[in-house]
Amino acid sequence: MARLHVESTINGEAQEFLCDANQSLLDVLRDELGLTGTKEGCGTGDCGACSVLVDGRLVCSCLMLGVEASGAQVETIEGIAGDEGLHPLQNAFLENAALQCGICTPGFIVASKALLEKHPNPDESTIRYWLAGNLCRCTGYDKIIRAVQDAAAKMSHPA
Amino acid sequence: MESYGYVAPSSIAEVLAVLNESTGAGQMTQLLAGGSDVLVQMRMPNHQPRTIVDIKKLAETNRLEVGAEGIYIGAAVSSAVMNEHQGLQKAMPGLLEAGDLIGSTQVQGRATICGNLCNASPAGDSIPALIAAGGICDIATATGSREMPVEDFVIGVGKNALMDGEFLLGVKFAMPNANTKDAYLRFTPRTEMDIAVAGVGVRVSVENGVCTDARVSIGAVAPTALLVSEAANALIGSTLDDVALEAAGQACKNIASPISDKRGTAEYRQKVVAVLCKRAIAIAHKRALEN
Repeated sequence: MARLHVESTINGEAQEFLCDANQSLLDVLRDELGLTGTKEGCGTGDCGACSVLVDGRLVCSCLMLGVEASGAQVETIEGIAGDEGLHPLQNAFLENAALQCGICTPGFIVASKALLEKHPNPDESTIRYWLAGNLCRCTGYDKIIRAVQDAAAKMSHPA
Repeated sequence: MESYGYVAPSSIAEVLAVLNESTGAGQMTQLLAGGSDVLVQMRMPNHQPRTIVDIKKLAETNRLEVGAEGIYIGAAVSSAVMNEHQGLQKAMPGLLEAGDLIGSTQVQGRATICGNLCNASPAGDSIPALIAAGGICDIATATGSREMPVEDFVIGVGKNALMDGEFLLGVKFAMPNANTKDAYLRFTPRTEMDIAVAGVGVRVSVENGVCTDARVSIGAVAPTALLVSEAANALIGSTLDDVALEAAGQACKNIASPISDKRGTAEYRQKVVAVLCKRAIAIAHKRALEN
């Protein structure tokens, strides 16, 4: 079958791409659009490394077809930093050493951004449950939780 | 078929036409709602290419209505959208509890309870909750539509009652009165992101301290989720006292026919399902009294 033509908005810019009917949004981002910041961990929705926002909703891009992004607003890790520099979450992950190998980090940051948009001052339990779908095999999670708390504090009370 | 196809019809008639044509031509189709099961299945080795029929563009499957005339949850409504609906939080806390136990925040952003129902896993958390809440399947057919209680919809492990050319439009419910509340409890070894060892959905109506109506459904302890009328009978007419709860739990244990697997032995599941039944009734009872 001919490849499908899809138009969507990715990180604020109109994008057109061709994809196969069974190609995941994750594969489209990485292989068709060169946006390799979004990682594949499991490919079955268990690890969260491929987390992106679609129309503001946190999803696993491996559990969505590329063609389902037609007409949607997609935000990936590449769209998190602004013109003025890194997002507070990105700075907090660096300052709190909340990463080691780094494969899970884009997913954690995208998921944490969605969390803070919904709950600007989450308690530890809320953070842990929200991020339960993001797996990290290096940090033991504590540093990640502290980084999210740090970013939440800085975002509520900018210096 | 050598490769996958994809269509996203915008009307029920178009979906039915695609299903009908494909069946006539001997080709396989795959209905797609949230995709959290379908995309994983598509990656299984030797999965045969087919035409994917995305039903998320239909107005009917996106319905989420909570009103005096009843509740309707369309087949394309995600768990995340359900969780944010205040009317649903008040009317069916138990159903939301079940949806909120399925997968991560990310998965709930896509996954639907109707997809969980169609997937027909014995451990699907939303199914006992849908049965307890008295859900009725709204099925689109070539000649119009038909309805079926949720407890009749799942007919085996991974098998549902949809016939060729049909699809599930949504699930509907009578609006529960203020004295009627549901609850869902499941047991898993860890608190999040796990599959049920056993699950129990209940709904009780309480008037002047007496239980006037009840529904109890158990999951993950038989090939399909079951409506346990013996448990309901033990509750109706009682004050939901310890004796009634014990009898309801025993009824669940008696009807359960679990398997032993890595998540638990059959004997353990039977014991746990009785305990969960009692605890879920206590939660629903408390909710009914608070209103």
